[in-house]
Amino acid sequence: MIPSSFEYMRVSTVAEAIDALRHDTDAKVLAGGHSLIPAMKLRLSQPSKLIDISRIPALNFIRDRGKYIAIGAATTHGTIATHKTTVQKLPLLAHAASMIGDVQVRNMGTIGGSIAHADPAADWPAVLLAAGATIVVEGSTGVKKIPASEFFVDFFTTQLGEGELITEIHVPEPTVGTYRQAYAKFVQPASRFAIVGCAIQFELKDGVISNAHVAYNGVLACAFRDAAVESSLNGQPLTEATIENAASKAGAGSNILSDNFASAPYRAHLTKIYTKRALQSCLA
Amino acid sequence: MSNTNYIGQSPKRVEDKRFTTGNGRYTDDIVLPNMTFAHFVRSPHAHAKIVSVDTSEALAMKGVVAIFTGQDMKKTGIVGVPAGWQVDFINGDRMKEPPHALLVWDKARHVGDGVAMVIAESRAAARDAAEAVVVEYDVLPAVVNAAKAVHDNAPLVHDDAPNNKAFDWTLGNPIGEVDAAIAACAHVTTLEFTNQRLSPNAMEPRCAIGNYDQYNEKYTLYTTSQNPHLTRLLMCAFVLGIPEHKVRVVAPDVGGGFGSKIFHYIEEAMVIWASKQINRPIKWTSTRTEAFLTDAHGRDHVTKAEMGFDKDGNVKALRVNTFANLGAYLSTFGPAVPTYLHGTLLQGLYTTPKINVKVTGVFTHTTAVDAYRGAGRPEATYLLERLMDKAALEMNRDPAALRFQNFIPPFDGVTQPGYVTQVALQYDSGNYGPVLERGLEMVGYENFRAEQAAARKKGKYLGIGFSTYIEACGIAPSAVVGALGARAGLYESAQVRVQPTGKVSVYSGSHSHGQGHETTFAQVVADKLGIPMSDIEIVHGDSEAVAFGMGTYGSRSLAVGGSAIVKSIEKVLEKGAKIAAFKLEAAVEDLEYANGKWTVKGTNKSIGFGDVALTAYVPHHYPAGLEPGLDFSSFYDPANFTYPFGCHIAIVEVDIETGKVKLNRFIAVDDVGNVINPMIVDGQIHGGLAQGIGQAMFEEVLYDDDGQLVNASYMDYTMPRADDLPMFETDRTVTPCPHNPLGVKGAGEAGCIGSTPAVVNAVMDALHPFGIKDLVMPMTPERVWRAIHG
Ligand SMILES: Cc1cc2nc3c(=O)[nH]c(=O)nc-3n(C[C@H](O)[C@H](O)[C@H](O)COP(=O)(O)OP(=O)(O)OC[C@H]3O[C@@H](n4cnc5c(N)ncnc54)[C@H](O)[C@@H]3O)c2cc1C
Repeated sequence: MIPSSFEYMRVSTVAEAIDALRHDTDAKVLAGGHSLIPAMKLRLSQPSKLIDISRIPALNFIRDRGKYIAIGAATTHGTIATHKTTVQKLPLLAHAASMIGDVQVRNMGTIGGSIAHADPAADWPAVLLAAGATIVVEGSTGVKKIPASEFFVDFFTTQLGEGELITEIHVPEPTVGTYRQAYAKFVQPASRFAIVGCAIQFELKDGVISNAHVAYNGVLACAFRDAAVESSLNGQPLTEATIENAASKAGAGSNILSDNFASAPYRAHLTKIYTKRALQSCLA
Repeated sequence: MSNTNYIGQSPKRVEDKRFTTGNGRYTDDIVLPNMTFAHFVRSPHAHAKIVSVDTSEALAMKGVVAIFTGQDMKKTGIVGVPAGWQVDFINGDRMKEPPHALLVWDKARHVGDGVAMVIAESRAAARDAAEAVVVEYDVLPAVVNAAKAVHDNAPLVHDDAPNNKAFDWTLGNPIGEVDAAIAACAHVTTLEFTNQRLSPNAMEPRCAIGNYDQYNEKYTLYTTSQNPHLTRLLMCAFVLGIPEHKVRVVAPDVGGGFGSKIFHYIEEAMVIWASKQINRPIKWTSTRTEAFLTDAHGRDHVTKAEMGFDKDGNVKALRVNTFANLGAYLSTFGPAVPTYLHGTLLQGLYTTPKINVKVTGVFTHTTAVDAYRGAGRPEATYLLERLMDKAALEMNRDPAALRFQNFIPPFDGVTQPGYVTQVALQYDSGNYGPVLERGLEMVGYENFRAEQAAARKKGKYLGIGFSTYIEACGIAPSAVVGALGARAGLYESAQVRVQPTGKVSVYSGSHSHGQGHETTFAQVVADKLGIPMSDIEIVHGDSEAVAFGMGTYGSRSLAVGGSAIVKSIEKVLEKGAKIAAFKLEAAVEDLEYANGKWTVKGTNKSIGFGDVALTAYVPHHYPAGLEPGLDFSSFYDPANFTYPFGCHIAIVEVDIETGKVKLNRFIAVDDVGNVINPMIVDGQIHGGLAQGIGQAMFEEVLYDDDGQLVNASYMDYTMPRADDLPMFETDRTVTPCPHNPLGVKGAGEAGCIGSTPAVVNAVMDALHPFGIKDLVMPMTPERVWRAIHG
């Protein structure tokens, strides 16, 4: 597996990275390399230059900024799974991170790389949708904040523009006690990506659900929130009956993905089952 | 027990010091001066006429040294690689054996078929230039399924093989007798299934370096081979026509083979041939994608099998009809696997009086199929053991009881004769009841059915599955396999060279690539000579160091290669005794050898092994007429196959909402004869189990109708992982092999042969309430879910 030839440069600031991208439109940012390098080895991707951002200090951090937790784009899945701040304040993210690939993948792959790549089966997109995250993007024209709900557009396609870098992910801290969260994933056995992933967050006041976010990975061309499932939950008590009803609404869309591991009808079925399982784990 | 009593102990593997620290030396680690790198241009189509190959642009690229195409190879007159085994048609017609051209010039016959070889100064330059080679193809329709390929309107893989048949073959009792026996049965259980195609997935991809030395007119091939001598013989005598004494083949550390590195591949012949053309060494290293596309695959049978019982549940007849997919070309042992390694195992452990098997070997537009761990025997075991459990369910009999009832009674092969099967073999020794008894005890069978019933009430679907298997290992008596079409003998050689200081170098033809020979063989030698293991070095894998070798496969290394070592040790001790007797001024008959020294019986007069060795090499005071030196070679040709057997039991839980199967427990009670190193045997069993379970639950090479291999990566081809498997529960019974000096039967393939049907049977048992007739392997969640929900 030999990629075509390319240049390599390592940068230490975001400005340097953006500058390098501006000067070479065939250049690509390299983070953990766990999506990009496999594609390069198969020559599906042939960038002229790799701009390695993995050691930019300003992209490697997890910080509590009060209203939200900020995660640097080059933070690895492994760090998110084990960092004190994420484990205590964003347990949904820490849990989901721990389910990505295997240890080696988690120690290299980054949250920014994952959402920039936007594999329909990746774990982060649905989790960030459910968590109500905001993606911070920086380019030569300045900084933009894009809600996760607008970020993912299609297969491997996002709102990220030419020459732009994801710098931070902002995740509001859920008020512990009143929020319930879950991520349930049916894994593709070879890669361990999601065949179906269901991420859920809702408020529970006096036993009644509100503000439900229910998002999916692996089901459609990109991660999405399912309004029908969400509205079947809002205003309802958290009971088995509510769960059954919500699950029955899931997986209803057309264009459901189909591959050697799961046909569209089976995926639709799994979407219901994993909606149910994610919600059931909130009962406890 | 003396401290040199090594047999039966589990010393740590001596090879692991280098392997676990990353210091193994593999073919790709070898760097020769002035070395070039090859990349093969391969067909992206399963079946296509090669209209033209334009190398002009590629040849002009920086760093390109040479490019060879199919047309270049056609001009050499080298026709290609033949098979190593001949299986003729039932009517006497000769097997269809179109050779595998080193580079194809007329047609590509599977995705990955070699079209051109690009040689350059670096791997990257070769790869870049390969992209610039322009091949014009005329794409033709392809056929990938063996049962479909024999239809009259199927596309032909080779024009001279009508209906894509390479051979057809039958074994056992006359079909008329078997038909009549089946017709007379009270109950007949039928199974129609595909034993799916698997990729061998050795951790180290194949690699070959060819080096021609023009001054000595000598070639060296470094290659990832399980049998360097066989590769040399095939390549020299049958492919390139170069003198064998002018070719050295070295297989250094090899990172796993599982069968796939037995065979002589076109890339080996190409780097050797081309190294003479360019007068420089050439290295080719397979990528993982190429490994999926070009390493010989395993299994791929389409089979109908029927097992007939009388009203009391006694097996009365077995009828099997198989279409074996051989791929586009006959690989080295391709024709032998579905026939002599499959049909001959259909007696299983049962007294079935009438058996007939028919096998049609079929060409398709796919990668060649050959021996993969177990090779034919897993296919035989799968059909027998699925039939047994299925029959038990259908006849409302307990699957364990049905087996006990039909087991061949015990025989030791010494005081009682071996068991003569209906399918050409004579089992060496066997005692089959105890493995199943022990398995039932370990699993707690008495309580299981109650547990299962209670779990079902709670919506939890547990199942138990059995497999009681036999395999033919220790391959193989040369005269027998010769009569069956083998083009080689299957003995093994070993040289035991005692150095003057009493240290011992052993040169074995059994290559080690994960089996731990450097440990096990050293244990045998140390134990027999009564000297420390650290005094022994096992050398293998170099045709210039080792006299000859047939290599490692078919669980043969210890049974055949180990026996050759024992023969040489016996010669060493016999000569050593003469020297010792001379030094001790005693008669040879009055000596006994123990703990590394010869002692005059009843005295304390003795001489050590080291002193005798020194005397042999410094023969100043020495028996008259005796040659100096202490160095013996032996060839051992086994009297029979060996027949390990065992009982595997799986317990699964099926999530009926998703169809996902969880393997809760796996019990393996194997009888591999005597055991030299229990830890290594356990390791072999564990690895085999993972692969056998992998076939049941995860693995499958998928071709689409156009012949594209659609899951040629680890993102798509599911390998079993540690967290997919439970802690294995293993035990053993010991029924020594009566015909080899160590009493060993072989352990390399047992895990892979026995386990697959146990897992499928367990899932069938779990899903019994749903009335499912059969499940397709691998039992992916979607398949199981569809079976449950119609
Ligand atoms: C064996 C294996 C198993 C895996 N299993 C899973 C799994 O179970 N679940 C899962 O979700 N993922 C899985 N992955 C993918 C893994 O999480 C990747 O790490 C991730 O998708 C990409 O992150 P990266 O840092 O490696 O990005 P890279 O591969 O370095 O880059 C990916 C793409 O994103 C761009 N990019 C990277 N960082 C930025 C940035 N900050 N701003 C803008 N663009 C950027 C790159 O230019 C490139 O186009 C698996 C990968 C492998 C190899």
